Amino acid sequence: MPAPVTITQLSGRAIPVVGNDIDTDRIIPARFLRCVTFDGLGEHAFEDDRAQLKAQGKTHPWDEARFAGAAILVVNSNFGCGSSREHAPQALNKWGITAIVGVSFSDIFYGNCVAMGLPCLRVSVADSDAIQAAVSAQPGTVVTVDIDALEVRAAGTTWKGQMGAGHRQQFLTGQWDATSELIAGLEQVRSTAKRLPYTSAFA
Amino acid sequence: MSQRTLFDKVWDLHAVRNLPSGQSQLFIGLHMIHEVTSPQAFADLRHKRLSVPFPERSVATVDHIVPTENQARPYADGLAEDMMVAIERNCRDYGIRLFQPGSGKQGVVHIIAPEMGLTQPGMTVACGDSHTATHGAFGAIAFGIGTSQVRDVLATQTLSMSRLKVRRIQVDGALKTGVYAKDVILHILRTLTAKGGVGYAYEFNGSTIHAMSMEERMTICNMAIEGGARCGYVNPDQVTFDYLKGRECSPGGPAWDRAVAWWRSIGSDRDAVYDDHVQFAAEEIAPTVTWGISPDHGVGVGERIPQAESFAREERQTVEEAYLYMDLKPGQPIAGVPIDVAFIGSCTNGRLSDLREAARVIRAHGGKVNAKVKAFIVPGSEAVKAAAEAEGLDRIFTDHGFEWRHAGCSMCLAMNPDKLTGRQISASSSNRNFKGRQGSPSGRTLLMSPAMVAIAALEGKVSDVRTVLARSQARA
Repeated sequence: MPAPVTITQLSGRAIPVVGNDIDTDRIIPARFLRCVTFDGLGEHAFEDDRAQLKAQGKTHPWDEARFAGAAILVVNSNFGCGSSREHAPQALNKWGITAIVGVSFSDIFYGNCVAMGLPCLRVSVADSDAIQAAVSAQPGTVVTVDIDALEVRAAGTTWKGQMGAGHRQQFLTGQWDATSELIAGLEQVRSTAKRLPYTSAFA
Repeated sequence: MSQRTLFDKVWDLHAVRNLPSGQSQLFIGLHMIHEVTSPQAFADLRHKRLSVPFPERSVATVDHIVPTENQARPYADGLAEDMMVAIERNCRDYGIRLFQPGSGKQGVVHIIAPEMGLTQPGMTVACGDSHTATHGAFGAIAFGIGTSQVRDVLATQTLSMSRLKVRRIQVDGALKTGVYAKDVILHILRTLTAKGGVGYAYEFNGSTIHAMSMEERMTICNMAIEGGARCGYVNPDQVTFDYLKGRECSPGGPAWDRAVAWWRSIGSDRDAVYDDHVQFAAEEIAPTVTWGISPDHGVGVGERIPQAESFAREERQTVEEAYLYMDLKPGQPIAGVPIDVAFIGSCTNGRLSDLREAARVIRAHGGKVNAKVKAFIVPGSEAVKAAAEAEGLDRIFTDHGFEWRHAGCSMCLAMNPDKLTGRQISASSSNRNFKGRQGSPSGRTLLMSPAMVAIAALEGKVSDVRTVLARSQARA
């Protein structure tokens, strides 16, 4: 097994995607799930949303040159709702996203991000709006997502963020990749399995 | 923090240990696999040279990509064929049972596991699919996971998880004629919103829920995820035990009584403590139809599409986006909206009782599918298909102009040949009305009960099933 990779803080230019309840079908439409690897998903992130805006003469942030190369995604509430497809955070990550800041995330999406080493930091409604506005006004600004201090920093402003203590610890210690730690407990797993009524009393 | 609920009891029983991060290592009693979210997990196992220590606790089937018309191999879609080959090889290499088309046991993963008695009260159930919440109908703690977590379950039969809060959702009273489990959950979603359940497990309780069959309870729990709740469950009762008795994987002989005794003990205690509590009255629920792009955008079939001002300020942008995408206007009645396609099926509503009710209302109506509408019915499993055919339901459907297909996920998410095209609008018994969900990037979906889909197909527009049922009752 590879050595743990700790994640303390991530910095880069940011890209805002505005809207509540952006589901994983929108992040990566189902037709791109016909695959046996995650390779190549990056170019299809938000594909249908982008095409629809283009047809209306508008531009999705993904297609705006000023946000090219961004690493920090700034969203609103219930981001990643719907389907459990890990293809969604994988597509964002393969496009270049290394951390996400938003008001709230769906539980499954959030869990997938942890398991991939892609931290999602929660901020207040007012702060997510403020960060999106700041990023839009100054797209070149470097934004830092600090998992240790639980804050977002950009151009001299600091916003407080939140993350469950366990998840924060997983990023800081490198145990976001939980497999080794779970394997280390295999003996206890076997004894737990043996005492479950459905594996013993009435199996 | 909740105490003495089913969630707490099942969680505590399956918690292997506390991890250094503070998360729990949680044992998974039943792990289900399908072709879409598993290939990368198996690839990672091979890459890291990991074995599968509990292969008997995983079962696999194929559902998302399976064509519902021509199932001859190799599939016309080469990518779908690659996925089939991958799951066949993966299950063979790691000793995992795979239920293939033609076996009599293939179907939507959330339909076949209960059907075989694999899903049982008091278990933890996980699958790389958000609608795993369905299995909570049995009093299991069941939730969707992503592919990295599928790998972890394969490698250790456990997950790193943090505990959820528990909200008790109580529904009391009798449902009116023409109002179904689907309407109950669409009504709950409309009230609690698509994000109200984030961080929660939903316990569905009350006289309405406990009067429901297991299939109805599955419809309710299935869509807990559309409310943001990672799992939903119903405390097991006699209905649960009666459903399970005699199924292929249910306990048999003297073990049956021991199982029932334990199952009775794991329900929430009378003095259980919840993090939140919400109540609904069954008689206030009408046949419900979604008009927008999120499953919480529902209205009673007699209502008009709501004005943006009736939503919380932060919801209004999404609501405006929904009017535009759906090409529906606030103030417009939902009844009468013309449809192009009607789809009955999915893990939400592709079970025998759904098909029986659809057939009943079709006969009560007496007409044929509207000439402008393409209507098709997809049984949730090969077993549902065989049972429906044994009762002659397929002939009722085809006589009235509906197509009758093979089992699969079909147009719920359109990863197979069943898709909307262009701006088509569907009446669908599935679970998600997201933009582009049914295969056309600009396609539109109206969610409703199977009975309401059947009537919409015949009328060519959204119509009130209660009118048809009342008319037929007056004749009889």
